[in-house]
Amino acid sequence: MSSAGANSLHPAHASPATLLEVRGVSKSFGPRDVLKGISLNIASGEFLTLLGESGSGKTTLLRLIAGFEQPTAGEIWMGGERLDTLPPYKRRVNTVFQNYALFPHLSVRDNVAYGLRVKKTPVNEISGRVEEALRMVKMEEFANSRPSKLSGGQQQRVALARALINRPQLLLLDEPLSALDANLRKQMQGELKSLQRELGITFLFVTHDQEEAMALSDRIALLRDGALEQVASAREIYAHPATAYTAQFIGQTNLLRGEVRNGMATCGALQWPTQDPAGTATFSLRPEVIRLASDAAASPGTARFRATLQQQFYSGASELLEVKCENGQLLRVRISARGPLSGEHEFVFSIADAMRVHE
Amino acid sequence: MYSRAYKTFVSLPPLLWIGLFLLLPYALMFAHSFWALRDGNLVHHWNVDNYSTLFSKPVYAGVFLRTLRIAASVTVCSLLLGYPLAYYLSFHSGARKELLYQLVIVPLWVSYLVRGYAWKTILGTDGVLNGFLQYLHLTHEPVSFFLYSPFAVVLMLTHIYTPFVFLPIYAALEHIPRPLVEASQDLGAGSAQTFFRVILPLSLPGLVAGATFAFVLSLGDFLAPLLVGGASSTMISNVVQSLFGAAYDWPLGAAISVCILIVILSMLFLTERLEKRWSFK
Amino acid sequence: MNGNLRTNRAPLLTIYSAMVFAFIYLPIVVLILYSFNRDGVGGFPPRDFTFDWYRQLFADGPIWDSVRNSLTVAASSVALSLTLGLLAALALDRADFPGKTLFRRLVLLPLILPGIITGLSLLMFAVTVGAQLSLFTVFLGHGTALISVATTELFAGLQKMDRTQEEASLDLGATPWQTFWRVTLPNLKLSLIAAGLLIFTLSMDEIAVTFFLIGRDNTLPLEIWGRLRRGITPEINAVSTLIFAVSVGLIVIWYRVRTRSLGADARELLETR
Repeated sequence: MSSAGANSLHPAHASPATLLEVRGVSKSFGPRDVLKGISLNIASGEFLTLLGESGSGKTTLLRLIAGFEQPTAGEIWMGGERLDTLPPYKRRVNTVFQNYALFPHLSVRDNVAYGLRVKKTPVNEISGRVEEALRMVKMEEFANSRPSKLSGGQQQRVALARALINRPQLLLLDEPLSALDANLRKQMQGELKSLQRELGITFLFVTHDQEEAMALSDRIALLRDGALEQVASAREIYAHPATAYTAQFIGQTNLLRGEVRNGMATCGALQWPTQDPAGTATFSLRPEVIRLASDAAASPGTARFRATLQQQFYSGASELLEVKCENGQLLRVRISARGPLSGEHEFVFSIADAMRVHE
Repeated sequence: MYSRAYKTFVSLPPLLWIGLFLLLPYALMFAHSFWALRDGNLVHHWNVDNYSTLFSKPVYAGVFLRTLRIAASVTVCSLLLGYPLAYYLSFHSGARKELLYQLVIVPLWVSYLVRGYAWKTILGTDGVLNGFLQYLHLTHEPVSFFLYSPFAVVLMLTHIYTPFVFLPIYAALEHIPRPLVEASQDLGAGSAQTFFRVILPLSLPGLVAGATFAFVLSLGDFLAPLLVGGASSTMISNVVQSLFGAAYDWPLGAAISVCILIVILSMLFLTERLEKRWSFK
Repeated sequence: MNGNLRTNRAPLLTIYSAMVFAFIYLPIVVLILYSFNRDGVGGFPPRDFTFDWYRQLFADGPIWDSVRNSLTVAASSVALSLTLGLLAALALDRADFPGKTLFRRLVLLPLILPGIITGLSLLMFAVTVGAQLSLFTVFLGHGTALISVATTELFAGLQKMDRTQEEASLDLGATPWQTFWRVTLPNLKLSLIAAGLLIFTLSMDEIAVTFFLIGRDNTLPLEIWGRLRRGITPEINAVSTLIFAVSVGLIVIWYRVRTRSLGADARELLETR
């Protein structure tokens, strides 16, 4: 059992077992296929992010799990039982909505207590749990305020408390930070992450911001046009993107398109030896893996090319260079900050860093 | 998000009620217009005699034309009063706009009968107006045509419907983005030109809505003629009323009602089209 | 920023508007004035202030009976119209059923059509089913005709409501029934009050439909109407003045409710102007 027995928000002993299974779920709205056969497993206690552009289907998938829509095909299981046949109010799932959806006619306290009240929880138990939930999100002093009097960030905390007080097995967060300004957003990201760690509740987080996804998640599920492009940890997805889309969506990259022939990969001005099978190929080369030849000592397993500086973007700790090869090929290179450069330079990168990706 | 049961639960009761207490009665009225009277009793003998009576006997056409004239006069007068008022409130009233708006709304809520009665007391030969004119020595004996004339009916109905006409026009004027007016002036148009070239066209849907309201409601009014109209101002609804009362000719009365209904529905259909045509989004 | 053309003085328009205002209010002012006039209605100028007509009014039994009848009918009509109107608004907002457009237009008909047509249709219906004309038939007539007032107002209120609140409620474990009472209805509070006030006022003043459905017991407007046939007395001025006073009170309340329901958006809008 959990060590903090007195703290009623801590779950039972966390296990790496699968909590939620999405089995071949499809969803269509009339002629539009929004989700196409999605299969995904979410482990208990993990922080999984559904990442994608608008229209990728991530919010729809969330709503299917919450119960506001029914799948056109496929099933959803949670904890070994069928979930998608249950109405939302019977699921052990709670949602933090994008616009918070706080009840304007109720105080903060009454908002948070709502889930307990509708399930007829004894009154004396309610007040204790409400206090605890408010303390957890640091909103105790606003207990009697109305939502309309609160700022965006404060409303979001209340929405969080309102959801978590019900001790859900799974918490769904629908782009909860998108309405906040940059600084507040960073702060809330940190608070969300530590909250999730502390409580051990499984979080399913939806966002279109890949930086946010990488910072917060244990795993990222990248959705594209209703299908899963890649599901992996942030580090894995970044270092080994499966497709060109993934490579470009997460972080920045140079997409090199060319072919492999006779043990050599040739993409425009860049060429390097490779064991990869022959044929047309696309490679992802991240800007930060390319260095100035003058910075790096010569070593095996590297490739070189020459290019002329077109533009230079300084960003404090690093510089982003836009360079053009002789054949007109444009590339991006990220190096440590060193002051303005000009003219032609030689660049070098590790062959191992050129990731083969599918189109 | 809403279950089948939920949707059925909310749709069924109102549908059933409206079907029973609105659709059915209107349908009954419609049916009656095709039935007949025989020896003072209603017979369910389907015919179109009632309608042919209406079109052959000139007295009905006469009353109907008078009704149209009165309704048209009321509409025109209400517009002449209501539009400038709405324009003033929307563009020239400044800080007092809210208060003035409330003041215009108030009479709408005051009983129709009360206002009609007020006119009755004002316009009569012993009324306030005649008393006032005689007090000022502008006249030496009571003027009789103020009351119990079509003039009185038009006057009373204009009084009733000016606020009705005001509302949609005011709403339309308020919706006109002020930058448009400023742009017009910036381009060299004076107040009058701006009004005719920019404001009036953009306010047309509201104007049409208000005018329709006034016309349609005046058309079917039967109380004003009874209150202040006298025998010379009988309107079509009074004819219907008497057919259902003393004359006890329900089929004929129903036929006239159906005709009124058709005229009104056609008008509404037309003006709805016009409103859409003239609304620029 | 105020897009007002205030700087553009328009003296003629101002005078004209003042005259229109006068036209709208003059009859009412005259009415009130003469309710205190000893010599009765008519003539000019009014002199000899008196409360006699009010004294007579308060002693007038039948008038107060009719007031009681009107109140009963109005209150019941509010209950009926609001209930059915709420269901209709919910149906229009959330359900799709065959004949939906027809339904929407049909419900609006009693408001646009002359009352006489609705009144006569209902009379025919009553006679055909053999119903006795009474206050009950009047109540049915009012309640039915005024459903669309409730529907329009409540539908607008539903559209303005944040849909995700209902989802949040379901998400937190409340059943649809609980959600309706705890979330939907409180959000519609202002719309319900505004609609209720309007229906009440319209019912109290209703003549056309009532004319044909009335039995032995009169409503206030019909009681006054009956007296008018017999002749004018300043007592009628007195009761009219009272009606006016009550109407003003109601409309002030209604307006307060209405502007509150516009909420923060309107206030924000007003501030940025």
